[in-house]
Amino acid sequence: MVLKIFFPQCCNRAESGLLVGRWISGHDSAVVLAVIHYPFIPAQVKQYIQQMQAQSRVDLTVLGSWSLPKDGQEGMESFLRDLSTIFPQERWLQIRRQFGKTGFSCEVLSRDQICGKNPGEKAEKKKKKSEEDGGDAEREDEEKVIFVHYEQRKVMLSQLHPVEAQESGNGSEPNSELRQVFGTVARSQPLFVLDRYDDGPLRSTHWQSEGREASIVVELLKRASVPLGLLLGRMLSVWTWICSARILSVFPLRFLFSKLSTCVQLSYRTERLQTLGAPQAAPQAAAHMDFMRKANVLVSVLLDVSLGVLLMSWLYRDQNIAMLASNMVPAADRVAQKLEELLQWLMGAPAGLKMNRALDQVLGRFFLYHIHLWISYIHLMAPFIQGILWYGGLSACLGLTFALSLLSDMVALFTFHIYCFYVYGARLYCLKIYGLSSLWRLFRGKKWNVLRQRVDSCSYDLDQLFIGTLLFTILLFLLPTTALYYLVFTLLRLVVVLFQGVLHLSVDFINSFPLFAMALRICRPYRLAEGVKFRVLCEEPGTALHLLMEINPLKCSSVVQTYRTPTYSCYPRDSWVALVKKLFIGELIYPWRHKTTKSD
Amino acid sequence: MEDEAFSNISGKAISLDCQTHSSFCREFTVSSPKMSIGKVMVYTCSVWLLAYAVFFFTENTAVLSSAILITLTGMMLHIHFVKVDHESLLVIGSLGIQVSSSYASGREVTTFIEMSRIKDIVINEAVYLNQIIYYLCVLLKEPSEPNVVSSVVPLFQSSKPRLNCLAKVYESCQEILSKCQ
Repeated sequence: MVLKIFFPQCCNRAESGLLVGRWISGHDSAVVLAVIHYPFIPAQVKQYIQQMQAQSRVDLTVLGSWSLPKDGQEGMESFLRDLSTIFPQERWLQIRRQFGKTGFSCEVLSRDQICGKNPGEKAEKKKKKSEEDGGDAEREDEEKVIFVHYEQRKVMLSQLHPVEAQESGNGSEPNSELRQVFGTVARSQPLFVLDRYDDGPLRSTHWQSEGREASIVVELLKRASVPLGLLLGRMLSVWTWICSARILSVFPLRFLFSKLSTCVQLSYRTERLQTLGAPQAAPQAAAHMDFMRKANVLVSVLLDVSLGVLLMSWLYRDQNIAMLASNMVPAADRVAQKLEELLQWLMGAPAGLKMNRALDQVLGRFFLYHIHLWISYIHLMAPFIQGILWYGGLSACLGLTFALSLLSDMVALFTFHIYCFYVYGARLYCLKIYGLSSLWRLFRGKKWNVLRQRVDSCSYDLDQLFIGTLLFTILLFLLPTTALYYLVFTLLRLVVVLFQGVLHLSVDFINSFPLFAMALRICRPYRLAEGVKFRVLCEEPGTALHLLMEINPLKCSSVVQTYRTPTYSCYPRDSWVALVKKLFIGELIYPWRHKTTKSD
Repeated sequence: MEDEAFSNISGKAISLDCQTHSSFCREFTVSSPKMSIGKVMVYTCSVWLLAYAVFFFTENTAVLSSAILITLTGMMLHIHFVKVDHESLLVIGSLGIQVSSSYASGREVTTFIEMSRIKDIVINEAVYLNQIIYYLCVLLKEPSEPNVVSSVVPLFQSSKPRLNCLAKVYESCQEILSKCQ
């Protein structure tokens, strides 16, 4: 087997001392975490390592010795070799750097070699022997070791994907070697606290040995977030108490709330903010996902609110609201006028088609009366529109998503007549289609068997056949008139639904986009790792193979996939084919999210 | 050491570069044929001629500028996402196999497969349009079920070398794998 040694890059130039790290069982590899420098008292080292072991729950050991030759330290070699008797181990690594060489050389001593009578002498002998044998034997000996250099800070902070749910919590180690390496480095954070400014008896080298890394801004924010969080939590609990009041769950109100997208958005936002206050999950991997979820929610809420405030600052400047309100009534009038023209056109001979005149007139008058009703309703509302807009605009301070949801609701209310036309047209059309299909069966001497759910043959009386055929003919000849009305109003309805769908999609996008994870991926690519990649470093004859382990960042698409916040509209949508089929047989389509249809 | 000439399945010349870093670490690099200037010219000219024909009838200069933009962005996207310059396979005994492909723009996509997940490396045969081609692939297993092949990772997907080249890579890979078992 080949021995793999994961060596931190920051220890390349460390002074001579002891290597502290961990053997990874079953994979024949060792992770070096830090170097404890020469003057030390072995008892103190043992005590320190035990202490660290208790804190980090990693079985740390002394792996071996490390020597960097310097002037006036000739006796160092033999001293470090003698150390192996003080720290008894299965295997003892001796890693050396030499002058004029970039690579390391490594010797592995097993226990029987150490515990022999004269360990120093024996090792000396072995070395001598290899020197006598010449280059070949030495190379054979040394090529059995791979040095994998890693950047300790990045490996410590990074999280390998896909995140495994049951990692390290119940003591079971993951199978993969790399996961074990990453987990070991991440968990041995207490080891990296000791820096050069500490007054303790030990000195060590690791990524943080030049001084601890911290940010004043982050510390201040942590301090400030405690009272803020308390205040927000209190407000949230009052709000949820109001929401859970019994009067709001009476039938009509509840139905209304589930249909208004503003209310849906409000309940969604409340739920999201409640997850922020939930206690942290215990195991490491779950804690990571939990943290990312919370951070994503927080950042997207902040962005949403800031966009909303921007919108508000535009709305309440230069009488923009009054302008919008004064434009709205003429716009509604214009729409109504266009609709009237359309109806007049349909009541004549649309596109040269000759319709059934009587039915055409009835339908047209019916719809015209409806438009008339609608216009009077709008004019009744006109004085209040500005007020509605003014107070509605205030909702933008809760976030852009609220403003968009409100807009969607308002569009739904203002185009209520189009919806009504569509429903009448669709119901009429649907009735005709159903009647025609059952009469077509009668025409062929068949009928639908409800009990067996199939078409059976059936012998009809002469009267039944006569009446059925007559009705079939009437329905068939009246169908084009109804179909034309249905077609026109369905197209109108689809335009509205499309607009609402776009609004909902953008709300959904703001709600679910993992902004924090994306920013982390762009600014700190090593934090979210998909895996690792290796590069072959220097090759000198006679030294071991040196590899550089770099972190392979997660792809942006998988970042979105992994960290996407689940929203209320993550249902499997109707396919286009199903939608067209529904349109064809005249079933109603809705833009509402709780129904399963949506035209986007 | 590489003087033999190899070709890919459509007969274009490719080169195989085999580097031995140590007795259990080898790197194979297959360089794909370069983009031919003639092909680029043909595509560019056809887009421009089409744009000019449209311009001739509509007399709208936006057509011409959009044609230029389309060719430029198309070329950029092509060299960044489609055109693979070389693919390499780094086999490190007892650690794993690294597959990387670098695109003409310098973008590199790398995947590392750990040794505990590798079942074997084999040469497979596949029906491809009207011919039968050979390709090298890594068989993966789940550590929990060591006898089942869970998935297959094909190697040298864009350069598609022929069997003589694959056999050479295969032999050295197997040598390393058997040494480190």
